[in-house]
Amino acid sequence: MAQSDQEILEGLAEIVNEETGVDAADVQLDKSFTEDLDIDSLSMMTIVVNAEEKFGVRIPDDDVKNLSTVGDAVKYIKDAQA
Amino acid sequence: MASAPKGTGSLNAAPGARYARIMGVGGYRPERVITNEEVCTWIDSSDEWIRERSGIVSRRWAAPDETVVDMSEAAAKPALEAAGVTPDQLSAVIVATVTHPYQTPAAAPLLATRLGANGVPAFDISAACAGYCHAISIASDMVRGGSAERVLVIGVEKLSAFTDEHDRGTAFIFGDGAGAAVVGPSDHAAIGPTVWGSDGTHWETIMQKEPWTDVRREWQAEAAAQAPTSAIDPAKTYAATSLAMAGPSVFRWAVWQMAPVAQQAIDAAGITADDLDVFIPHQANMRIIDAMIKQLKLPADIPVARDIAETGNTSAASIPLATERMLREGEAPHGGLALQIGFGAGLAYAAQVVELP
Repeated sequence: MAQSDQEILEGLAEIVNEETGVDAADVQLDKSFTEDLDIDSLSMMTIVVNAEEKFGVRIPDDDVKNLSTVGDAVKYIKDAQA
Repeated sequence: MASAPKGTGSLNAAPGARYARIMGVGGYRPERVITNEEVCTWIDSSDEWIRERSGIVSRRWAAPDETVVDMSEAAAKPALEAAGVTPDQLSAVIVATVTHPYQTPAAAPLLATRLGANGVPAFDISAACAGYCHAISIASDMVRGGSAERVLVIGVEKLSAFTDEHDRGTAFIFGDGAGAAVVGPSDHAAIGPTVWGSDGTHWETIMQKEPWTDVRREWQAEAAAQAPTSAIDPAKTYAATSLAMAGPSVFRWAVWQMAPVAQQAIDAAGITADDLDVFIPHQANMRIIDAMIKQLKLPADIPVARDIAETGNTSAASIPLATERMLREGEAPHGGLALQIGFGAGLAYAAQVVELP
């Protein structure tokens, strides 16, 4: 079932917070995972796997490196759900 | 006309032991300590960055003239002593390694001869970081199948010889060392069923960058162009024969695919996680170990091997080295149950619950 951008963002923020301790309110569409949120590649993989489970989508390793901002990830999840 | 069998001969079957056990373990750590500071003279990184991403504080590197056979011999001796087995009582030698630098012959026959066990069946297996758990499974089956009575199992690597010091993804991870175990007959089940497998769809996630045949061809091409030997760029050849790893992909596979395998090994042994005395995963990366514990939901009081901090990732040697340390330091009890799981290049994996000697 497709979710709204806002629902996906909130869910993603929760996952990021749980993995890294970053305040969920700081997880916004224009933020870069590496530059702004200081998330390394291994934490990113943990976030991706948790997101796959939460949103019922598949995000192959090759696609993970294209997800540079939170907005990229939200769009990817939304498209995958469609 | 179809031929018919004579049907006059009936075969003997080798009588095996009902059960097998690990009789003793031993380890060898090379003398030279490589600190994170030293690694940072080759790559643009910091002690803090390396510790945070891998949990590694230092690793050991073998001397340039120290071979995998030398290290295996040094690990085998204390293992034989702990097992109360003399070299002439060995009936087979298995060496698990991916860094013995000869395509052929294998390391195992030379090791057997050096130890005073010349003549026994001796061969190498290639299952990378899962090599030791593969070899324990094979040795256990040999003892139970009757093809050997006492088997020396070695996990050994000289990864420093196959590491590109300027590769930021791997330069800080690998270390050298050897671990050994003697597997023999037992009056009760002391090596649980092995849960193992492979996934060739991820064959390229951890691999030598170029096959030897390509490296040879490049040398020949340069020689044919009548280039002086000095024109062959040693740095290029060095990088080509080094190991490359897609770290994040391996992390994802290890954490989410291997935790269920570890659980299957517990189930196959007929115990529960609460019955374990110690958890000894392959020492790939501290972050993988931590994430795996979380996935497995292991009871908090079970000691977990964290030998990687001072040893680095020694591939096939990591589990026996960690086992040897935990027994020596009293963190793991003799006679206790250890869950061990190896996973790595191939991709290949193997897990089993064993009773510690």
